[in-house]
Amino acid sequence: MRLLKTGIIAATFALSAGSVLAQEGIDDPTRAPYYDSFAGKRVAYVPVAMGFDLTEGWAAGLREALEPLGMKIDVRDPNWSTDAGAQAITSLISEKPDVIVVHNPDVQSYARLLKRAEEAGIYVVQVNMRSSYSTDVFVGADYVGMGERIGQRMVDKCSPANGGSGKVAITQGVLTAAASIYQMQGIKNVLSKHPDVQLVSNQAADWDSTKAKNIAATVIQQHPDLCMITGFWDVMDVGTAAAIKESGKDVYLLTQGGGNRMACDGLSNGTYSEVVVYFVPGQARDMATMIKHLVQNGQAPGTTRTTLFTPLDFLTKDNMTAASCWDLPAKG
Amino acid sequence: MRLFGRLSQEQIVFGLALLLCLAFAVALPGFLTTSNILNLIRSVSILGILGVAMGLVVIGRGIDLSLVALMAVSVAWTMTLIGSGMSLAQALAIGLAFSLFIGAVNGWLVAYVEIPAIFATLAMGTLIYGFGRYFLFELDVAYMPEAARPLLWLGQGTLLGVPVPIFLFAAVCLGGYLFLRYARSGRYLRAVGDNLAAARITGVPARPIIVMQYVLASMVGYSAGIITAASVASMNTRLAISTYVYDVILVVVLGGIGLSGGKGGIRNVIVGTLLIGVLLNGMTIMDIQYTVQNVIKGVILLTAIVIDTILNPRDEQTAQQGDI
Repeated sequence: MRLLKTGIIAATFALSAGSVLAQEGIDDPTRAPYYDSFAGKRVAYVPVAMGFDLTEGWAAGLREALEPLGMKIDVRDPNWSTDAGAQAITSLISEKPDVIVVHNPDVQSYARLLKRAEEAGIYVVQVNMRSSYSTDVFVGADYVGMGERIGQRMVDKCSPANGGSGKVAITQGVLTAAASIYQMQGIKNVLSKHPDVQLVSNQAADWDSTKAKNIAATVIQQHPDLCMITGFWDVMDVGTAAAIKESGKDVYLLTQGGGNRMACDGLSNGTYSEVVVYFVPGQARDMATMIKHLVQNGQAPGTTRTTLFTPLDFLTKDNMTAASCWDLPAKG
Repeated sequence: MRLFGRLSQEQIVFGLALLLCLAFAVALPGFLTTSNILNLIRSVSILGILGVAMGLVVIGRGIDLSLVALMAVSVAWTMTLIGSGMSLAQALAIGLAFSLFIGAVNGWLVAYVEIPAIFATLAMGTLIYGFGRYFLFELDVAYMPEAARPLLWLGQGTLLGVPVPIFLFAAVCLGGYLFLRYARSGRYLRAVGDNLAAARITGVPARPIIVMQYVLASMVGYSAGIITAASVASMNTRLAISTYVYDVILVVVLGGIGLSGGKGGIRNVIVGTLLIGVLLNGMTIMDIQYTVQNVIKGVILLTAIVIDTILNPRDEQTAQQGDI
């Protein structure tokens, strides 16, 4: 009994001492190493060009996730010049940042440089447009799969069996971009099985809305019963939409993009019928997560290869919500 | 050869356009319909308007390589201003004023500082684009805000079944023609382009006339920009660094306005524009790839120049001055 009493008293004391300690807080032992591993690390970002929704969105997302941790984001803007981009990567290899995030203009140009960067001890993350050389991380849309799903939409909407005219048209960007090549492959995979859906026009508009408009106007004029046009970028397809509107015909416009606010605006005011969205803030978060993973573990660059395909959203006026699209942060 | 010896380049190009038209009409069903012809002209009317602007400068023995960059930047800035809440009229006025100011600076550099036009305007084009990207707007593509919807009619509307841009192209052509033909400064412009020294001796105010030609070009260019923006509900500033300005020069030179100045008129611009329009339209109907289209365009241009060189050999004066 006495022993029990002493025990209870001792326990009470111990507990109260413990709660005093708890009130003061215990340090999380993983915290310091976590922050230490990021402090002063440098991430260099080489997009195709700054100044449009995708690249600005990725930059904003990376800054938001990594800068509070003490990492530095360094943007090198080649402004649509592959040469300038290659030079930027070459000089980065000698400057040795910890990570390079690269957005490839085509599958070939940077391949050798990316290999050299990894050999020089720099992690390389590729975003959305893939190089023929795979590096530590690729984050982006599965373009072949995306093409297949778009091809399937064409069949669903336009096949004569489903009440369409069977005539579809494609407006690509530039023919050599990874986004174009892989998607065409996907679309062809599907259309080859459906001979009743006829591809009446397959043109490249150079990512330019005026060219896209002229192409669409001519195609609609030649094929008044055209059922669907699919364009490879919403920014360019503003022109396609204008041509459809002017023709007064009912042509289904399926386009794609990073899901910027403008895409949702376009859906709600009838500019686009449907937009395939690879959500840019999600991609930025994937990149940031992978960068944190690599930097914390400190493994040698090039030892692992990770691919993260971005989930795709097929947005229409009916299924979109206020949260389907994102806004660029205002420049401070 | 003697039979054709009197043909000017303008007539050759017009003949080529007719020939192509004929070939397409036979080979392509649906080419020679009213709606396709209207579509064809509409698709090149902006190019044609810019051609008039460039034509005026080239007739005055100059060249304006900053034309497209200035158009893209000033119109994109106008859109940005409207988007930030400024009234439509005020934003348009500011954009136009900016455009005219840069045009005047171009003219001043050429006329008073005496920098060759090709260098002055080349540098100016790069400068304006960089300035615009850094200070005036953030994104490559400036969207037309809701408040600017009334402008859409200029690019997408129709009047009596004919697209509005065609009327605007016609109006600009008429204006340019009347200016060159009847306005005193229009005739001075041609005189200065033909022979600067002689014009000056006879009392033509040569330097102010040169400034005027760049200001005029920037004004016409600005209106072409507004029509572009209205027709696709956005302004793509990447045009500034694209090869679009060479397409404009192509239209001018193809039509037969010599780069040595003083020759040609608005009719040449129309002819050049039509040939390009027929070509592009026919090739799109045939679903020819964009890259191949460029090759064909280049070949046709070279053919026109070669035919012209054979039929109209260089005269003494051009040989001495050179083409630019």
